[in-house]
Amino acid sequence: MTTTVEPLTPRTRRGAELLLLLLAIAIVMLAWVTTDLNRNGTVPANIIPVAGGFTVLALGVHLVLRWKAAYADPVLLPITTVLNGLGLVMIHRLDLAGGKLGADGDAYRQIIWTTLAVALAVAVLFVLRDHRLLRRYTFVTMAIGFVLLLLPLVPGVGRTINGSQIWISIGPMNFQPGEFAKIALAVFFAGYLVQTRDVLSLAGKKVLGFTFPRGRDLGPILVAWVLALLVLVFQKDLGSALLFFGLFVAMLYVATERVSWIAIGLLLFAAAVAFALSAFTHFQKRVDLWLDPFSQDNLERSNQLANGLWGMASGGLTGTGLGAGRPYLTSFAESDFIFPSLGEELGLFGAVAIIVLYLLFCERGIRTALGVRDGFGKLLAIGLSFSVAFQLFIVIGGVTRVIPLTGLTTPFMSLGGSSLLANWVIMALLLRISDQARRPMPEMPVGVAADEPAPAELTQVVKLP
Amino acid sequence: MNTPIRRLSVLIACLFTALLVASTIVQFAQAKSLGAMSTNKRTLLDSYSRERGSIIVGGQAVAKSVPVEDQYRFLRSYPQGELYAQLTGFYSYSVGAPYGLEHASDDLLSGDADTLFVRRMTDLITGRKTSGATVELTIDPKAQAAADKALGDSKGAVVALDPKTGAILAMVSHPTYDPNPLSSHDLSKAAKAWQSLSTDKGKAYLNRAISGVYPPGSTFKVVTAAAALEDGIATDENSTVPGPAELNLPLTSTNLPNENGQACGPGDETTLIHALEISCNTAFGSLGLELGGEKLRAQAAKFGFGDSLQVPMRVATSSVPADLNAPQAAQAAIGQYDVRTTPLQMAMVAAGIANGGRVMTPYLIQSVRSANLDIIESTPDPVELSQAVSEQTARTLTKMMVSVVQNGSGARAQIDGVEVAGKTGTAQHDPDKPPHAWFISFAPATDPKVAVAVVVEDGGVTGSEVGGGRVAAPIAREVMEAVLSR
Repeated sequence: MTTTVEPLTPRTRRGAELLLLLLAIAIVMLAWVTTDLNRNGTVPANIIPVAGGFTVLALGVHLVLRWKAAYADPVLLPITTVLNGLGLVMIHRLDLAGGKLGADGDAYRQIIWTTLAVALAVAVLFVLRDHRLLRRYTFVTMAIGFVLLLLPLVPGVGRTINGSQIWISIGPMNFQPGEFAKIALAVFFAGYLVQTRDVLSLAGKKVLGFTFPRGRDLGPILVAWVLALLVLVFQKDLGSALLFFGLFVAMLYVATERVSWIAIGLLLFAAAVAFALSAFTHFQKRVDLWLDPFSQDNLERSNQLANGLWGMASGGLTGTGLGAGRPYLTSFAESDFIFPSLGEELGLFGAVAIIVLYLLFCERGIRTALGVRDGFGKLLAIGLSFSVAFQLFIVIGGVTRVIPLTGLTTPFMSLGGSSLLANWVIMALLLRISDQARRPMPEMPVGVAADEPAPAELTQVVKLP
Repeated sequence: MNTPIRRLSVLIACLFTALLVASTIVQFAQAKSLGAMSTNKRTLLDSYSRERGSIIVGGQAVAKSVPVEDQYRFLRSYPQGELYAQLTGFYSYSVGAPYGLEHASDDLLSGDADTLFVRRMTDLITGRKTSGATVELTIDPKAQAAADKALGDSKGAVVALDPKTGAILAMVSHPTYDPNPLSSHDLSKAAKAWQSLSTDKGKAYLNRAISGVYPPGSTFKVVTAAAALEDGIATDENSTVPGPAELNLPLTSTNLPNENGQACGPGDETTLIHALEISCNTAFGSLGLELGGEKLRAQAAKFGFGDSLQVPMRVATSSVPADLNAPQAAQAAIGQYDVRTTPLQMAMVAAGIANGGRVMTPYLIQSVRSANLDIIESTPDPVELSQAVSEQTARTLTKMMVSVVQNGSGARAQIDGVEVAGKTGTAQHDPDKPPHAWFISFAPATDPKVAVAVVVEDGGVTGSEVGGGRVAAPIAREVMEAVLSR
């Protein structure tokens, strides 16, 4: 019996992406029209410019991909488009309920932010020809990450909104720099760990079947821990602290393949949480609210969580229909609670669909991490994917009572510019890495044309002994 | 690095699974209990903005939702408010629907009942607004009006049943109230109405027909007679029973006298039929002694005492106390000593005898229709609650009760050309107040179409058996006439 091995011809799959993208745009536009039909009984007057603009943005990214990253993953962009679009629809729907029309509406601002976010993502695709270029800036990104993370604590710049000091003001704009710190730190962790992974994974003593690291190798995790503690204590932001520290431990584990790092990380975080719980009433209240959101005392303190749960419950399996529910009864229905808002109007079916879309997004990221050939790319791709998954778990887990509620944005959906910009950049980075992962192995170069500068990857292959 | 990436992706899958499970718990498993929380504003707004089903009596709505131009969208209105208040209850923004069908059939009227599931699904698919189901009652509007008019300003209750089916033909309780101000969208007006209703001294909010429990007095002698006949102590209406002026009770120095202080017949003896005609206390007291508490209790239970019924409103449980000693059994046999009954229960006693001993389960809802009048459920064939007595016993009891109306204390219930069977009752409940006047009856005796129980609170005359016959019997007659003339 003989088998012929067909040479695998890699396909760009850009055609599939286009089809999915058109489907995504159709879903969003249908949702937008349904909302207005349910609310006002009319098709929105601005449907042509909105639909046109949205289509141009999405197809614009698609064309850039055809040109600049032909082998990029075909599923990431359609998922991002539909999530961003459904978020927009919900924000628009809440505008209608609140009587905020036209340029006064949150949706108007969110559309502008979406446009900027798409532009930024395209810029990343243009400027960053190869993700490995980022490795050069390992320590620059570290500095940027730390500064961004701690910026809200600087007097005169930082602002406290809703009890958490995670905002900065630049002129009239409020910004959550933590969203960008997430990316910078993922780049830094990837760059740093790919260099030090051998030391971190090999040296150490074996205790109880686990190989524990040497004392001096504990430095980096302790630095990350202290940083997370600073965020926790001074910014009162359990969500961000959990996200950064979780991201670091996850990437450390992937780099070293050592379970002991996870054990150490969990212990350190448990200590931090125990400390926070004993030291700050702020956290105690959150835990209390989580355990019993419906008690009379807790309802008087904050009925937000209860209201979100009631909203989801009123949606049931099939939802009230867009525009026909009462998500506006919940405070922050357009940001932290956008998931319950969508759950109320789209039902459990819609909520599950949204979670599965995020799951697919992360799955494509993981696939990219598995497929890409360089260690830095692997770490960066898994780090970014994990950060999206973990952030989603923290925020949706918070509103569905899996864990205590801590304020984080829902990627691509929540109202807010910083979150949108940062998450579109994450998507652009994943697209760039996936383009490398799916691109066919370059043929061994016979010679490099003199008039063409050698692409980075070819040069490296030649240099290897 | 691919191995730890794969392991990490398992963790990510677990995180997502947790979110999926949590969403399913909130939106599916706990959806009902979350929606039922009293603090949930969505549920409240929801129920007010939905078109609630009507309650129909004889083709006319006695409760309906009228579209209005305000945030609640529908105003609940009760066109014949006071006449049907205790049946409909009311539906208020501030206190919900605590009483009547608005409470007991809330899931049907609101459209949330499980039986309406298929309908809600088609509503969802076709985009039709879900509206509540219309509930059609068994009430005969003429009988209801007659009962209301005959009871007049007296406190008390009237229940009329169809003995063959158990259908409730009339249910009136006085005093009554107007439900309309309570469901007003002018919240201060509604709050004021609720304040005055909930503190009402006459307890107008109480549906005395099913929630009022009274000592049944002499009407309970019918049950005692039934027990005696079933037990064989008495073989027929002409059996001799003791009838002294005063019955010696064992274990106690108090004796059981007749109200008029005279013996019920020559030689301190009388027949069973005569004892019922004149409502002879000592005759039934001695039957009670002979039977004992348990047999009385068992006979009462066969008529429905001790059952908790829902019509669909919850009916207070009527009861004969357990473990009666001899003097207590004698007292219970004449409807005193903590025997407690609702007017509906006594109507069931009359109806059971009328229907050859078969007590039918009472019900108020004839059919449930969707908003466009398709029948969703109609009450199935009448359900027999129990065979309380044999047909033979039922015939004997009927003869005796006919005689009560023709020759005895129930003369005022006579109807020209119709044989009426009945029994009066005058029940002491408070030494300082006049006794309650009772009357239970059915007609025509040979082919019963209606059974009635009437109680008029404090309507009797102290120390006299005439209260039931004078005050309550005419009310029962009016109701029976109204049913028979249709």
